[in-house]
Amino acid sequence: MNLSIKWLNDFVNTDGISIKEYCDRMTDTGSKVEGYELLGEDVQNVIVARVEKMARHENSDHLWVCQVNIGTETVQIVTGAQNVHEGDIVPAAIPVAHLPGDITIKAGKLRGVESYGMLCSYHELGLNEHDMPGYEGDGILILGEEFAQYVGKDVREALLLRDTSVEFEITSNRPDCLSVIGLARETAVSFNRPWTCPAPVVKGANDGDAVENYIKVAVNDADLCARYAAKVVKNVKIAPSPLWLRMRLRASGVRPINNIVDITNYVMLEYGQPMHAFDYACLDGAQINVRRANEGEVFVSLDSKEHTLDSSMLVIADEKKAVALAGVMGGENSEIKDTTATVVFESANFEGASVRVTGKKNGMRTESSARFEKGLDPENVIPALMRACELVELLGAGEVVDGLIDVYPGKKTPVTLPLDPKVINEFLGVDISEEFMIETLQKLECKVENGIITVPSFRNDLTCMNDIAEEIIRIYGYNDIKSSKIKAENTAGGRTPKQQFKVDLSDALCGMGLDEIQTFSFISPKYYDKIRLPEDENVRRSIVISNPLGEDTSIMRVTALPSMMEALALNNNMGNENVYLYEMGNIYIPAAEEDDLPCESNVLTLGMYGDVDFYTMKGVIEGSLALGRIKGVTYEAVTDNATFHPGRCARLVAADGEMLGIFGQLHPLTAQNYGFNTPVYAAELDFDAIFEHIDGVIEYKPLPKFPASTRDFSFVCDEELEVGKLSALIARAGGKLVENVELFDIYRGTQLGEGKKSVSFRVTLRASDRTLTVEEADKVSSKILSSLEHQLGLTLRK
Amino acid sequence: MKDTLKKIKEEALSKIADDNCDLEALRIQYLGKKGELTAVLRGMGKLTPEERPVIGQLANEIREEIENAMKEKQTELKAKALENQLKAEKLDVTMPVKTLKRGHLHPLTKMQRELEDIFIGMGYTIAEGPEVEYDYYNFQALNIPENHPARDTQDTFYITEKILLRSQTSPVQARVMEQQKPPIRIVSPGRVYRSDAMDATHSPLFHQFEGLVVDKGITMGNLKSTLEEFAKKTFGEDTRVRFRPHHFPFTEPSAEVDVSCFACGGKGCRLCKGEGWIEILGAGMVHPNVLRNCGIDPEEYSGFAFGMGVERILMLKYHVNDIRLLYENDVRFLHQF
Repeated sequence: MNLSIKWLNDFVNTDGISIKEYCDRMTDTGSKVEGYELLGEDVQNVIVARVEKMARHENSDHLWVCQVNIGTETVQIVTGAQNVHEGDIVPAAIPVAHLPGDITIKAGKLRGVESYGMLCSYHELGLNEHDMPGYEGDGILILGEEFAQYVGKDVREALLLRDTSVEFEITSNRPDCLSVIGLARETAVSFNRPWTCPAPVVKGANDGDAVENYIKVAVNDADLCARYAAKVVKNVKIAPSPLWLRMRLRASGVRPINNIVDITNYVMLEYGQPMHAFDYACLDGAQINVRRANEGEVFVSLDSKEHTLDSSMLVIADEKKAVALAGVMGGENSEIKDTTATVVFESANFEGASVRVTGKKNGMRTESSARFEKGLDPENVIPALMRACELVELLGAGEVVDGLIDVYPGKKTPVTLPLDPKVINEFLGVDISEEFMIETLQKLECKVENGIITVPSFRNDLTCMNDIAEEIIRIYGYNDIKSSKIKAENTAGGRTPKQQFKVDLSDALCGMGLDEIQTFSFISPKYYDKIRLPEDENVRRSIVISNPLGEDTSIMRVTALPSMMEALALNNNMGNENVYLYEMGNIYIPAAEEDDLPCESNVLTLGMYGDVDFYTMKGVIEGSLALGRIKGVTYEAVTDNATFHPGRCARLVAADGEMLGIFGQLHPLTAQNYGFNTPVYAAELDFDAIFEHIDGVIEYKPLPKFPASTRDFSFVCDEELEVGKLSALIARAGGKLVENVELFDIYRGTQLGEGKKSVSFRVTLRASDRTLTVEEADKVSSKILSSLEHQLGLTLRK
Repeated sequence: MKDTLKKIKEEALSKIADDNCDLEALRIQYLGKKGELTAVLRGMGKLTPEERPVIGQLANEIREEIENAMKEKQTELKAKALENQLKAEKLDVTMPVKTLKRGHLHPLTKMQRELEDIFIGMGYTIAEGPEVEYDYYNFQALNIPENHPARDTQDTFYITEKILLRSQTSPVQARVMEQQKPPIRIVSPGRVYRSDAMDATHSPLFHQFEGLVVDKGITMGNLKSTLEEFAKKTFGEDTRVRFRPHHFPFTEPSAEVDVSCFACGGKGCRLCKGEGWIEILGAGMVHPNVLRNCGIDPEEYSGFAFGMGVERILMLKYHVNDIRLLYENDVRFLHQF
């Protein structure tokens, strides 16, 4: 809402309040000021002047040399315009002058002839054809004899260019403040000044004619229309509005059109009540019905757009057709034209939610609908309508037919609330006197009698004690509330074990040299192709956003791998070397039923390239598991996951068989999709499952009292035989005396033969209650050897 | 005999003095079973009873002297050897090195943790909830019915008519109030989604950090004190807090909250656009309708709530001028935090 300070002063005198002071105080009392503009500041030293003499320029066939009276003296100005004549009153920029667009006018010579300034068009003064209807736009602005009194004066005075426009951000609960009157009321209470709002006076035609001779109104759907009022104006003369009215609209950011349309806009801005005017001649019959639209009814709005309506929408219709979409926009069929002779002014109260839905469905949002949506005051309907008629008479735009149509099915009883100063003071933590409370509420037009507040009809946002408390404290001063520490029962703060594990794991990963990333939870469905996810409906089924910003952010990811890959690719493209990343993120697995929320799981994604290999990543994973003291996790080779290298991929399986995640080197074709031709490693781990497998119990085991014995074994076996299988077998065969089995060497060489490797283990043996004898240790050794021989056919390497 | 002993002594001591001597060989040569001094002592039987004690004493003195000399020499040689070793092991301390690389938390995580820790210290727990949420919790339970104009200020991504991507973390508050009896003190950090096109200051996904306190006798003065505490811990001890009236459907009274500019201390600078104040959060007293919707009696309990954008705080605090940097994950950016 842009407020003209001049307009505001019709209702409340703001003399002596600086604009800065005004804006700050209004913000402090709840009407937030976004900024202000000093209108006319960009026009400096432009004087209303009379052209006294004109002569052709000696060196030009199109330039004129004018002698111009600027009040105190006559100066010579050269102009190229052809519409100026001797005796004309024109704006003259006198050096040094400033014009909008940072233009400076200085004295100079034009083709050798002195020119002391410039004659101006209205464009050069920052005006347009709507601000200055009827004036020539191509040449110099010829002001006409009515401006004779201004010769020698500042053009801003003549054209009423000076004003201050204050931009308010009005919150959705205060539609009453989307008006000059509403803001005048707030200004008055904020600065403790009186204000007045005189009731409009309409003389009327007084000729025996009556509104009933023109129209009858029926409100068929009272749930959507609490009140519908109308007046008729006859003998209308469509013309431009007077300058003062145009300039007020301009200061409010509204484009002037013609007197009747401008009046509706003026009243809307002043009273906050949207108005509609339509051409009586376009009505079929005298009956106006306020009704729900028929399903499929076609309506063409003022802006020539066609809409197909449905029964949730309210229309203003004659006997045959809709002439307006209630509260949103009028119809093209009944638009005010230059030939319009009789006008119907509508002032009504439509239900907010319905206007909102109607506007939304038709893709329309207007100054009118934006106000109705928030819920307006039905009591404001008549004053606004009378104000429109008063302006018609003031402007001489037509004759107001006597009589008033007023159908008011939705009259409400005023809201009453108790005023309990003690409760309010305790709630706010302040000590405000009852007198101040009552005085403030009264200034806000609440009635307060015997501890009961009667809320004015324009304040439907006041419904409970909290609302009253806010009214009082915003005027008293939010910043006068004294801080006080909470006096209440203690609560134990902290993280849950899972939240804490996430913190600890993050720290551990950082300690291992990985950087944390954060990526969007929504992705493009194409990302699944990029990681070569199978085109299986069950795998790819994702939550789809019905109104996405674009395809890139249109579905909720079911895997966080693509996001990790995008981050790796970006870093690679930037030339960053040795990049190791992790993300603690969510994935969103759709529920079986559409109405159920998806399962949001926490995943830990890892991604690495550079000076690392498969085992580096495995090391990071083992380090992470060790943090949770998770034991017994096995690694199973995965050969059929298209994202990963078939020979360099593994899944983690917990001791109880639950899968904890998958990791490996990316398939070269996947890597290629992200611009990599060197190895890239990635992991997607199920954080929730890992957390479930944490061994939270720490129990001290006595340190060994007796020495250990070690035995080394080397075997030659097939390359295919996994080391993990061998060591598990050794441990099992060795029995309970085996404390540790450690691989300490792998050797491949021509003498071993193609496809063979030599693996060496060191087995540590220990008993907790004695030193093992050589015989005991040898016995374990031979158990291991015989087991390997029987089960795998392996013998010690000679 | 005396002379022999003296000669042995002098010879032995002079040999021991040599840095290259073999101490063990000398010990055998002089003090061993077949050593020279031992041989002299063995010949003592030939001496007179008068001479015997004198020579005996002298011999023992000499033996002791040689032994001591040997011990000293040994210590000296060890020290020399160590000295040589240390000399040989000298390093050039100015050599450039490969620093052991630690990873970095994402600045959002760092910022969020910092905020969490402040409130944990004040007795808050951390509440989490779904990001794909019911319209009911995101709006209706929070006093924003269908077709309420307040919905316009949060352009929401919808999945179905009833399910959406939460546009605020407040639904977590509603869920907590439904499940937990007061006293409630929670913060709810997390991802929220709004249909804003990506530019330097907007992102369709960002993080909020909200707080909620519900108990008997909670006042707006308590809200102010809590936010002052938070502001001081986050932006510095001298930070002041300013409230401006505002409207949120779920709180009443509601406020927008500014902190004194931590760059200029309130004098006005580029960061605060000359205002001296920076808007950082919204807050207010929980609306009685919200309490009621969640099964808490507003006659018995009151509460306050506040919320802020983690990105905004982070960007202000670390002078990050483009929100997109936070989601690009360029390590050259991440390594700065």
